[in-house]
Amino acid sequence: MIGEGSHSTNQRRHNYVQENVEVGFFTDPTVCIGCKACEVACKEWNQVPDDGFTWSGNSYDNTGHLGASTWRHVMFVEQDRRKGNQIVGSHSLGNGDGDPSAGASAKAEDPFRWVFLSDVCKHCEEAGCLEACPTGSIVRTEVGSVLVQNDVCNGCGYCVVSCPFGVIDRRPSPLPDAGGAFKCTFCYDRQKSGLVPACAKVCPTESIVFGRLDDLRAQAAKRVQQLQEAGYQDAQLYDPTETSVRGIHAFFLILGEPEAYGLPPKPQIPTIYLKSAWTSAFATAIAAVIATLCAFAFL
Amino acid sequence: MAEAHPVGFRWAMKAKERGATIIHVDPRFSRTSALADIWVPLRAGTDIAFLGGLIRHLIENDLFFREYVVPYTNASCILSDEYRDPEDNGDGYFSGWDEEKRAYEDDSWLYKGGDLSRPERDLTLQHPQCVFQKLKRHFSRYKPEMVEKICGIPPQLFHKVADALVAASGPKKTAAVCYAVGWTQHSKGVQIIRAAAILQLLLGNIGRPGGGILALRGHASIQGSTDIPTLYDILPGYLTMPHKGDETLQQYLDNYTKKTGLWSGYPKYMVSTLKAYYGKRATAENDFGYSWLPKLTGNHSFFEFLYDMLDGKMEGMFLMGQNPAVGAPNSRLQRKALSKLKWLVVRDMVEIESANFWRESPEIDRGELKAEDIETEVFFFPAAGHAEKEGAFTNTQRLLQWREKAVDPPGDCRSEAWFMHQLALRLMAKAKASTDPIDESLRALDWWYPEDELGDPNMEAVLAEINGWYTDPVAGGGDSGRTDGIVFGRDREGNPHHGKQVNGFAELKADGSTASGCWIYSGVLGRDGENKANLRKSKDYLGHGWGFAWPSDRRIIYNRASARPDGSPWSEQKKLVWWDSEKWTGIDVPGFVKGKPPDYEPEVGAEGLDAIPGDAPFILHEDGLGWLYVPKGLKDGPLPTHYEPLESPVSNELYSHETNPAVHWFTRSENRYAPPGDAKFPFVLTTYRLTEHHTAGGMSRFLSHLAELQPEMFAEISPELARDLKISNGDYICIVTLRGAIEARALVSRRIRPLHLDGKTLHQVALPYHYGTAGVVRGDAANDLLTISGEPNVTIMEAKALTCNIMPGRLPRGRAFAEFLNEYAPQSGLTDLHPEQPAKGGEKMHSHAQEGKT
Repeated sequence: MIGEGSHSTNQRRHNYVQENVEVGFFTDPTVCIGCKACEVACKEWNQVPDDGFTWSGNSYDNTGHLGASTWRHVMFVEQDRRKGNQIVGSHSLGNGDGDPSAGASAKAEDPFRWVFLSDVCKHCEEAGCLEACPTGSIVRTEVGSVLVQNDVCNGCGYCVVSCPFGVIDRRPSPLPDAGGAFKCTFCYDRQKSGLVPACAKVCPTESIVFGRLDDLRAQAAKRVQQLQEAGYQDAQLYDPTETSVRGIHAFFLILGEPEAYGLPPKPQIPTIYLKSAWTSAFATAIAAVIATLCAFAFL
Repeated sequence: MAEAHPVGFRWAMKAKERGATIIHVDPRFSRTSALADIWVPLRAGTDIAFLGGLIRHLIENDLFFREYVVPYTNASCILSDEYRDPEDNGDGYFSGWDEEKRAYEDDSWLYKGGDLSRPERDLTLQHPQCVFQKLKRHFSRYKPEMVEKICGIPPQLFHKVADALVAASGPKKTAAVCYAVGWTQHSKGVQIIRAAAILQLLLGNIGRPGGGILALRGHASIQGSTDIPTLYDILPGYLTMPHKGDETLQQYLDNYTKKTGLWSGYPKYMVSTLKAYYGKRATAENDFGYSWLPKLTGNHSFFEFLYDMLDGKMEGMFLMGQNPAVGAPNSRLQRKALSKLKWLVVRDMVEIESANFWRESPEIDRGELKAEDIETEVFFFPAAGHAEKEGAFTNTQRLLQWREKAVDPPGDCRSEAWFMHQLALRLMAKAKASTDPIDESLRALDWWYPEDELGDPNMEAVLAEINGWYTDPVAGGGDSGRTDGIVFGRDREGNPHHGKQVNGFAELKADGSTASGCWIYSGVLGRDGENKANLRKSKDYLGHGWGFAWPSDRRIIYNRASARPDGSPWSEQKKLVWWDSEKWTGIDVPGFVKGKPPDYEPEVGAEGLDAIPGDAPFILHEDGLGWLYVPKGLKDGPLPTHYEPLESPVSNELYSHETNPAVHWFTRSENRYAPPGDAKFPFVLTTYRLTEHHTAGGMSRFLSHLAELQPEMFAEISPELARDLKISNGDYICIVTLRGAIEARALVSRRIRPLHLDGKTLHQVALPYHYGTAGVVRGDAANDLLTISGEPNVTIMEAKALTCNIMPGRLPRGRAFAEFLNEYAPQSGLTDLHPEQPAKGGEKMHSHAQEGKT
């Protein structure tokens, strides 16, 4: 909740690492103001280099996507839809401000909304990157987060293709530590010292909430209900517990469909295909042997 | 607010969470609009028409808070029979206009009889000459249909706003107005805020919790820089800078001391200020050193001396924390002016455009200036960052917050205080070696401040002086820092310097026995030795115990208005200060004489605060009332009136005069205005700030983590305009005005909507103004397009409403630029294209070079 000051879980010191408590991020775009303080705080604390000065033309989003040098990414989604009961100019009053020469059709409702959502590594319950990592560089921490140990990573890149969300990436040259795989650390170093992750710490409206995972899930369910009662009919939680990732530790409230935010509706970790992949490989091999034998049989 | 004050917007979001309705009025759909309940797009520069419409709505439909308005405002005051309103002739002029001086004589605006302290009143509000009736008539034509015609706000949307405001005001509720430079940077900026004040007074939202008008400042401590001013026309604590004619202290005090109200203490505040400046050298015999203060002979604002710079009448300049080559209007002209200086001192954290203009400006690139021809000697002094220096910020809500130094600044970087202190020491040494009488004011300065090992003055000692003390030094007093009510009792040489602290401005005297650097801050460091700006434990929801709010740690000013005339709270949920049958008490520090009962009636001839009745909350005013109508003090009229921006695509729907008559045009060939409705400049141009950047970019464009978030100059245009001009999102476009042309990427978005005024479609173009030619990311400066103009009261430029044209494609570089500009904005011909503009030189009041030494 906004304005709890030092009582907020975003500001309180804690011992989650020492106590082996599962923690998470709950991100709520209905209070996000798109200030990008999370992006800046993340880069400052973690000393993440800039990744280019390219203007995208995509609303106010010049960050683009998560990557080796972008561990927080605020999306700016402009949609021709209504946000709760918001009145946007005369659009929502049934006399839309479209071209009046277009006649009666332009007078119909003409909604618009601008949604901000701060994206981050999901720290999956079953993490594709972690399962794919051959060196043991990627580990599960005491607080349930997924951490890349950069001094162990050999830069093989298996994790990159194994992430169902496209989060983790290898850092290109000539940036520092080029070649290694990078992503959000959940500020593990800060957490070990009882500090809150940098992004949550600076979020002025507590759109990013850090805390105990079970508390956050309860809080999020309540928030969705509250928003739906307040006219946000398309408010829902994005926390794919039914798929093979079995839930995410950084989960989101979203307005509308997950695709609009670049979130896969049914994310799966690649290892679930192992059985079928091996089965078909085995079947192919048998078939090949039989075919070969057959070929020789007619000699 | 979300865009430029994201941290403060936390509280707006908290209010929304608790059920508040957030209304955002802005030409463009910004990050604030995205979170608001109602977004009201309007044509830039038409705020008075909109607010006037709301005022009319409240009056005509009897929706104002009558129980509050009748006793607490000047609605009932009877005006002079000489007063004439713009409605009388429909011409837009008030009575008293002097065409030759292009200024008003304000005598006819006074109350009947001319006495501001005891106005004649009609509490039924029926008298035809009473303020209420005049106000009603003044705004009578600001109907919803007129609002639509002028602002482009449809009546249905207008009523949504009006209904929300009315529903959120009254005995049990309050509504607040927050504004920033989107309201101030207009040719009638002061009157826009005045219109908000009228609205809030009519709704009973002043002096009550959750109400008020909050000025969101442009950057940190801008409130502080008017309290302890970096302005030419006021002294600390809003004391008036002496003018020519105020030759003796007595003449000066006679001119500015009010008989009634809090300003009756003026001599105490002024003499204490002089004692802080000159210490022992200020005596009753020498008028406390009054003669050492310079006397104003005219407008010495930034724009006036900019023209003097251009004309070679100014030799040098100190530039500290400012980047006019990017951040000031008509920045092409700003850069040219810098090149005419002999010397220029720039103090900043990075080499900003105002320091490197001589080698890297667009003018060099275009061959308009040559580095080898520029004789300006630039001295660049590296400045300390905000974590590298100590001091106080005063922000919105008049709150002083102390900030300690986290680390020493690197290398030669130093704080502003260090620079000014060291400069003062050197100048005073020079003055002491001279016998010229002009240097006497420097020789007389009481520059006592203790230093630290870096040579920085002790900032708490400065704060102690601002708070004020008894001037008689106490031998041995304050040896251990803070004892017996003495704080920093010894000067830099170790000699006893002053006596005990005062505990508030009520203790200040006009006889030289007290000193105070800024009377309104008095109480921040009193006899208990506690730096209250540095307190960090709030005890209640108003934040008492966190920092110090001037005056007297009062969190809500004029809070007597939070109680009914009889002294009881308006309601349980909005109680703040009340009368408990013996004294005023409550949650806030009462802004009223503690023992003055609600039914107190002053005797005839009473003076000072004794002349303020028990039910008059606005104690700074001579009549103790909230001013719906300003009988004295404004230069462009006692009531806000809709005038078109100086550059406008349409004509004034309400009056025959288009623009604010008293405005300063700063006519010059490089500073020309397009006439109203000029087809060459059909679009409305407005400028704004992005969250990712800070003003002129000195603190953001040079940092990769911020610069990469908004790496290029862009212009926001609507899909409709883009279609008309065959522009696609991301295309390069040129924006052209009579002052210049810049290049930007087109950001096509439905966040910018075309307006429909009277059947005509009007397009607006919005430009961020952060970019320049230095730093990690570079781009053209939006301010190249702006005019230098001066609002009549405070000489602020009109940066939020101008006209422009757009050309698809890239801006020609080098010498081809001049041809391009001339093609779309002819650079020769008349300098006064606007019919209401005086010819060159016709209005310039004074030139510095002519003033001589005073």
